[in-house]
Amino acid sequence: MAGLMVGGDAAAVEVRDVVVRYGDTTAVGGVSLCLPRGRVLALLGHNGAGKTSLLQVCEGFRRPDGGEARVLGLDPVGDHDALMPRLGIMLQAGGVYPWATAGEILRLFASFAANPLDTDMLLDRLGLRKFERTRFRRLSGGEQQRLSLAVALVGRPELVFLDEPTAGMDTEARHTTWQLIEELRADGVSVLLTTHLLDEAERLADDVVILRAGRVAATGTPAELTSAAAIEVLELRAGPGLDLTGLGARWTAAETTPGQYAISGALDTAGLAEVLAWFASAGADVTAVNTRRRTLEDVYLSLTTPTPVGAAQ
Amino acid sequence: MIAVSLSRGHVELLQFLRDRTAVIFTFFFPALLLLLFGTIFGSTSTEAGVSVSRVFTASMIAYGILNTAFVTMGSGLAMDREDGTLKRLRGTPMPAAAYLVGKGLLVLALSIAEAAVLIGVGVLVFDMPLPGDAQHWLTFAWIFLLSVIGCSMLGIAVSGLVKNARNAGAILNVPVVALQFVSGVFIHPMSQLPDWLEKVASIFPVRWMAQGFRYVFLPDEAKVQEIGGSWALGTVAMVLGAWCVIGSVLCLVTFRWTARDK
Repeated sequence: MAGLMVGGDAAAVEVRDVVVRYGDTTAVGGVSLCLPRGRVLALLGHNGAGKTSLLQVCEGFRRPDGGEARVLGLDPVGDHDALMPRLGIMLQAGGVYPWATAGEILRLFASFAANPLDTDMLLDRLGLRKFERTRFRRLSGGEQQRLSLAVALVGRPELVFLDEPTAGMDTEARHTTWQLIEELRADGVSVLLTTHLLDEAERLADDVVILRAGRVAATGTPAELTSAAAIEVLELRAGPGLDLTGLGARWTAAETTPGQYAISGALDTAGLAEVLAWFASAGADVTAVNTRRRTLEDVYLSLTTPTPVGAAQ
Repeated sequence: MIAVSLSRGHVELLQFLRDRTAVIFTFFFPALLLLLFGTIFGSTSTEAGVSVSRVFTASMIAYGILNTAFVTMGSGLAMDREDGTLKRLRGTPMPAAAYLVGKGLLVLALSIAEAAVLIGVGVLVFDMPLPGDAQHWLTFAWIFLLSVIGCSMLGIAVSGLVKNARNAGAILNVPVVALQFVSGVFIHPMSQLPDWLEKVASIFPVRWMAQGFRYVFLPDEAKVQEIGGSWALGTVAMVLGAWCVIGSVLCLVTFRWTARDK
């Protein structure tokens, strides 16, 4: 496999201090990130956060106005010809012959690859077989997306760039796509995807980079991003009207509705045991226990949404 | 590379033929113009004793090639650039040349078909005899090829100036229509033009394309109607060859894979 050793040990994607400007607007203002081989990295952010611009730099469609990007150890612009056979690129939209059929388009892109996947198999996997003879312009948005994904994968890439891969797909197609991405990862393919779907990032990504206004707002695994606060809230159902003042200063507790208690504070294992012991000693009959932790959505919103005036609690 | 170019050309051709509006505009518009001009002026004869409809048929092949090569190439490229087709192809292992060769195959196929339609109208409707010797057909072949290559290259270069692909057809037709009038296609002989306009027109390839095709399809006596009283095939070759080179250089300098401001 000597042919694969060009930049063999390099990360799949390494971006250092990349800046992208459109005239006076700075779309990406100095972003660094690293995607090791065989992992899935999700770029998360609102529309206009700089996700696609950053991707365009990695794909070699534009030179960064500052900083540097290396893809499989190579320069995406200068080493374009060496890089392309190893990449799979799924663009957000456009760029497919509207009058050609799904089958014709996929076979055209397969003809560019040295060792393409079986196009029939791909059509079957993506549920596109029945549209093989349908012209692209007659496909729905989700079907076009699936074809676009097939086009990105047909050349057996080592690294794929997926720009909002499941946008416009129905639930079933979305799950098929997620499965496919998980299989790619299992096969050792590196994946860089952008999304604004939090469940997508949480399910697929090994690493998440949250972008806000062209800068990295947070980065980590989904677990790291969500577990910083461990269990945030303990909810208990018991008899109404308990006097919570005896619980101790390490917790804040409230009876949100009669018989429904919400406790926050020291909620590690020992803390949980103490809270339950206190309810037992108070003679309460606990009928339900529920813990709530921060979701990626809580983290994301707290990072990307400006705090509304008067929202402080 | 050859296989990739062929599969590109195949899809280009399918794409074109399925878009009926494009087919009708590209093929039947020049044929319609020829039928109209030929019918209106057809019965008259030129000074050299050749019917005007035959002169039109020969000259209109130049218009046909402008349509299939310059306009189709230019607007096709502007469209591919605007809708992201070029960008998507750029993100594959496809060699850059295979894109242009694929388009070139489309343009070549269309130009051959267009020439066949126009010659067919000339033969069937206006009784134009076809040249009987190989030498005239050989001349036809090289003038045709140089014209297709030159016009395609210029189409690619001009596509870079088109900001909005919707307007590409209109923009590209401005030089096409203007040059028809001053290059001896619509108005023949060119000696009717003011001297300076004749000189300006002679810079551009259309005059030489039309003159070359008249050499192929008209009797030799008709050369008295040409400027200088000869077919000047050497100049035809030189000017068309020069435009192929100029067009190629402009292509290399101006070619972009993505639309501006994106």
